[in-house]
Amino acid sequence: MQRIKPFDHLILILGALFLIAPVVMAIMSSTQNAIDIHTNGLYITPGSNAVATYGKVLTHKGGFTGDVTGLRMLMNSMIMGIGFAVGKIVLSMMAAYALVYFRFRFATLLFWMIFTTLLLPLEVRIMPSYQVMSTLGLLNSYTGLIVPLLASATGTFFFRQFFRSVPDEMLEAARIDGAGPFKFFIDILVPLSRTMMAAIFIIMFIYGWNQYLWPLLMTTDESFYTLMRGIKSILQVWIGSQIPDYNEAFALAVLAMVPPVAVVVIFQRMFIKGLTESDK
Amino acid sequence: MTDTTIRPVAADRALLSRLRAWYSAETPNPAKRVQFNRPFTPWLFLLPQLAVVVIFFYWPSVQAVTSSFYIEDPFGFGATFVGMENYTDAVSSSQYAGTAFFTAFFCVVVTALSLGIGLLLAVKADKVIRGAATYKTLLISVYAIAPPVAGLIGMMFFDMHIGPLTDIAAFFGHDLRVGIDYWDTVFAVTIISVWKQIPYNFIFFLSGLQSVPVSVREAALIDAKSGWRRFMDVTLPLLAPTAFFLLVINITYAMFDTFPIFDVVVKDKPANNPITLVYKVYLDGFKGNDIGGSSAQSVILMVVVAALTVLQFRFLERRVHYG
Repeated sequence: MQRIKPFDHLILILGALFLIAPVVMAIMSSTQNAIDIHTNGLYITPGSNAVATYGKVLTHKGGFTGDVTGLRMLMNSMIMGIGFAVGKIVLSMMAAYALVYFRFRFATLLFWMIFTTLLLPLEVRIMPSYQVMSTLGLLNSYTGLIVPLLASATGTFFFRQFFRSVPDEMLEAARIDGAGPFKFFIDILVPLSRTMMAAIFIIMFIYGWNQYLWPLLMTTDESFYTLMRGIKSILQVWIGSQIPDYNEAFALAVLAMVPPVAVVVIFQRMFIKGLTESDK
Repeated sequence: MTDTTIRPVAADRALLSRLRAWYSAETPNPAKRVQFNRPFTPWLFLLPQLAVVVIFFYWPSVQAVTSSFYIEDPFGFGATFVGMENYTDAVSSSQYAGTAFFTAFFCVVVTALSLGIGLLLAVKADKVIRGAATYKTLLISVYAIAPPVAGLIGMMFFDMHIGPLTDIAAFFGHDLRVGIDYWDTVFAVTIISVWKQIPYNFIFFLSGLQSVPVSVREAALIDAKSGWRRFMDVTLPLLAPTAFFLLVINITYAMFDTFPIFDVVVKDKPANNPITLVYKVYLDGFKGNDIGGSSAQSVILMVVVAALTVLQFRFLERRVHYG
């Protein structure tokens, strides 16, 4: 059973090539200069232009959008990713705790109210969501970028499942020792959930970082642009230019994909756990 | 499958007990044997989530439904109630029908390809020993790439000046003109969308395969010598729940999450380019300023997605019983 099967490897190598080759070529091309790319096409070898290109993309004002640097967009994407992940964990842990560990009126109604949000993605109510945001005056703010995305119960669902799997004896023991609901939550449940929190954090960070449509609508002020929003702008500048700055576009794409990909590769085991257990 | 006749009665009873449970504190199936019994503390914990859900989910959702019954004055002088007109206008327009048809076609192709390739790679990655970890890392890493980034990289590959895929097509005698020719654009968007989704399916199929107990694998190995037979009779049925779950996820992906890919490839110029229903909602609402029409389309989409999700949950409930 353990012999090497060349055919299996062939398929896997082809699959890996199909998935990875575009990424590698994007990275390599980002280190070339625009004219070389324009005449020779995409590259599979590194060039000598890396420092200049990335330096320009990160620091030069008005590279594509007129006012915002790549560094600023990188920071905004970070704020978006981390802010979303932290907000999601805090909100959903608290809600799941209330739903699992308390007996109170309307619990089931509230449960359904929260979990109905799983039915509809933001995209289908994008227009009215935008109107609500402008009514509340939250356009062009970090709150407006992050908080509306929290209105989905994925995290709550996940923590609810996890809390239910925590042995009942935990609460019994804690109550005998005189712990109230707050003490039990902070001192016992939160430390117990540490791995789960990390797994969820990874998934949600990637989700927040990769948001496109929402930032596109919410931000007209360039100082709030995320990298994803920057990609849209770069393509708008493109139209009508003789030799587009391919290398800078690739550099921006690389900046936008490196942090989430690094997170996935480094925390692979935890990422898979978070993904396969939270999405169900 | 034998209980189909008693199902409706059971469903009625389930609905009744569910309704009763909505106001009562005594749920028939408490999450925990022991629970805190305080009337106010749980509200404190629930408040942040509830606030966010009410303001950013229910409010806009209700607004989508109400504004779908109105036609907004383009100069901002109020709105006129028009009943179902927005719906009938939307559904009867040939443009909408075309977009709906394309969306369905796109969903089928993207789902079939990315599920098929994901499954094939997972089965192979589950088999090999040497290099398994490397393959896994390589195949998984693309998951984290955002759809707009995938769209941008894909655009470069299909670019008319520098795109290697355009060169390959030219070698085979086809002049690939993405963004200009309808079916060429369909081709590009499909490839990019499948590329982006394969890792997701791969991860789920692989973890499904690896949760098959060793004893079952060994028994299958004794019973069926042919790998194909083993796959069809043992592996595939065991993967069926995962596959169904992924089917729904992939359809939703193709319908909604591919938005950025279309936005990058089509670049706001839907003239002769394929777009999905969600993209049309966005175009009509934000570029065309047709708020009523856009809302009506939103509501239609909401019904479709809600139906899909309910289907998924029903199935998952059943799966928990078997598990």
